[in-house]
Amino acid sequence: MFTDGMLVRVLDHAIFGHCRTPVYLKGKVGEVVSEAGAWRNPETLAYHKPGLPLRRLYRVRFRQADLWDDYPFPRDTLEADLYEHWLAPADDAAMGDRQ
Amino acid sequence: MTAAHDHDHDHDDHDHDHDDHSHPHAPVEDHDTVTEFHLLEQALRELLIEAGVFSAADVQRQIEKQESRTPAMGSRIVAKAWTDPVFREKLLSDPKPAITQLGIDVANTPALQVLENGSGVHHVVVCTLCSCYPRMILGIPPAWYKSREYRARVVREPRVVLEEFGVSLPADTEIRVVDSTADLRYLVIPERPSGTDHLGEDALAEIISRDSMIGTGLVTPGR
Repeated sequence: MFTDGMLVRVLDHAIFGHCRTPVYLKGKVGEVVSEAGAWRNPETLAYHKPGLPLRRLYRVRFRQADLWDDYPFPRDTLEADLYEHWLAPADDAAMGDRQ
Repeated sequence: MTAAHDHDHDHDDHDHDHDDHSHPHAPVEDHDTVTEFHLLEQALRELLIEAGVFSAADVQRQIEKQESRTPAMGSRIVAKAWTDPVFREKLLSDPKPAITQLGIDVANTPALQVLENGSGVHHVVVCTLCSCYPRMILGIPPAWYKSREYRARVVREPRVVLEEFGVSLPADTEIRVVDSTADLRYLVIPERPSGTDHLGEDALAEIISRDSMIGTGLVTPGR
């Protein structure tokens, strides 16, 4: 479980089949904006399974400059909705990256 | 729909990249090209009707319900938020009860989150994975919203894309791209333009465009 304001890293897993984690965010560090409820897991729900256990969904905000090379506007951000099993607490090195 | 059909909702969230079959009824005109998706949809629909899961009339009712939703609903919601601070507060904290209060039916539709533009932040919404859109209050999405070009480019170069929509924002405004990757749908409350203090709720609703509620437009008083 993650709390608002926590820095998280999106896991860089390869996965076969339906998944709601966009490739461009894999491995990136962002900040939890809020929790947005618990939902059936789309990765199994898509294949006629119950999608259980429910997965917590988080709104996570990234800095655009962390996502794209040479992104010229330091204030710009991007938010995405990511399930808990795709997130890990960001390590100290990642926090250093954001200084 | 029968009680056994546990997905008895509005089909608002059934927009995961299979929007090509926009005519799940007998076509009035011949399609130039009948794709495999058309055939698949037709076969599946006929089988489900035959199996008694739903009737052709149910399908028709759902289509009519979908098509009855237009951006005018969103404009009413935004105009109310601009003119009624208590409503605005409710809308931002718990959107569906506030919207229901306006007589707009959002029961059995996906979860909704409302984002407010202004104070140096400009939100723009996309669904990079498919075409998730707040259909329950904006209706059927514009074709460009579902295009690969918009979906790929607005996350990577939002300012360039916004310029193409005629939206120029200062460098010190934070552009916040919101990728609706999962179970939430997003509605943007655009910034209320200056010089509109004399306008009432209905007149304001008239000037609030669909694109301004996606974040690809600004509201201008002389629309």
